Amino acid sequence: MLTKRIIACLDVRDGRVVKGIQFVDIIDAGDPAELAHRHAAAGADEIVLLDITATHEGRATLIDTVRRAASQLFIPFTVGGGIRSAQEAEAVFTAGADKISINSAAIARPELIGEIGGAFGAQAVVVAIDARRAADSPDPVRNAEVYVAGGRKPTGRKVVDWAREAEDRGAGEILLTSMDSDGTRAGFDCELTAAVSAAVQIPVIASGGAGTAQHFADVFTRGKADAALAASIFHFGVTSSRALKEELAKSGIPMRLPC
Amino acid sequence: MIAVIDYKAGNLTSVVKALNYLGAETEVTQSPDVVRRAQKIVLPGVGHFQATQLLHDLKLTEATREAAAKGTPFLGICVGLQWLYVGSTEAPSTDGLCHFNGRCERFPAAWKGAELKSPHVGWNSLEQIRPDSRLLRGISDGSFVYYTHSWRAPVSEDTAAVTNYGGAFTAAVERDNVMGVQFHPEKSSDTGLQLLKNFLEM
Repeated sequence: MLTKRIIACLDVRDGRVVKGIQFVDIIDAGDPAELAHRHAAAGADEIVLLDITATHEGRATLIDTVRRAASQLFIPFTVGGGIRSAQEAEAVFTAGADKISINSAAIARPELIGEIGGAFGAQAVVVAIDARRAADSPDPVRNAEVYVAGGRKPTGRKVVDWAREAEDRGAGEILLTSMDSDGTRAGFDCELTAAVSAAVQIPVIASGGAGTAQHFADVFTRGKADAALAASIFHFGVTSSRALKEELAKSGIPMRLPC
Repeated sequence: MIAVIDYKAGNLTSVVKALNYLGAETEVTQSPDVVRRAQKIVLPGVGHFQATQLLHDLKLTEATREAAAKGTPFLGICVGLQWLYVGSTEAPSTDGLCHFNGRCERFPAAWKGAELKSPHVGWNSLEQIRPDSRLLRGISDGSFVYYTHSWRAPVSEDTAAVTNYGGAFTAAVERDNVMGVQFHPEKSSDTGLQLLKNFLEM
């Protein structure tokens, strides 16, 4: 049976992890490569590394980080942050990433999705969408809006429409982050995730708001998510991806176990 | 030396990395001669079946047939498995190697009255592993492997394991020295590494 994926996410700046999952048995060593390996060993189904480095020097560090992380990682590995061209994507793939994630750059120039997909396959292109509900609209979910620049800048584009366009242009997966839920630990935005999941055929990865194992169960059932991102969670009472997955399996969610 | 055939269908880094990690010496190649004298051959590949046309154009099809006939172990991965069949509805005018019977088809849009999402992406389990499979030695039913694909090969007498998604399809195929896997062993954690190790030990 196809299982739901638990994806460990590491936010990296200048080659160091600045925000990551803080499970009690994984002490943040600061080194993304080491942490990626530890998460893989602890049962994560996939690793996402999001680079939030702004400087040019930091970009070179990223390639080195990706290379070191990928060297002994035998589960899917996605790298995102600041990739603006097919050439930049190629450097990240060559360093060992299996997929790249693009966000603002895809909004600015949607052709980029097809350019990277054409060269490396659709499965290698994850389009990340930062979404905010349209609070003043009669249908806040259907009218939810895409934001860029770390969730600060509205684009005027509807989330569901953009997800569909990204799929049409050759995206392999959608990484949907609810800016409303992000950091709240009050649960994923299941309604928004379900709306996007119903609109596209490609997998939808839910992100933002996880606080408990039940939140993951909710987004897999009510939210119809195919995968969920675990980032910056330290209050949900489980000790590892493996423990989270065992908990979810008990509630009937298909999980890769043992792992 | 293991010839890893490069036909411009996606990124070979992960496959080469996994083989090297297991101690194998690899040569990424487009040369029929390298394929002919290789100790083992790996044909990776993701993306569109049309890309396999390049294998015919570069005369790698004949080289592969010759190598397979003299017993060189051959492993196709993802589109590399699909190429071992007669062809694929994804690119009807491009022939496969025709080593195994059957044609690859897209997942159905619905299964048992419910919509079936395609591509099939994620970790799914191996079932009905053939006890005589050399490739899957030491791997048990229910082991999880990582998939990402929209076309699949039918189940036949050469199937070494199936996976269920919109019905059963061929997860692994094996007849003597020619074998293939629809999933990505290089991304399937310990199960995938065990499989690659089995292949390297042939």
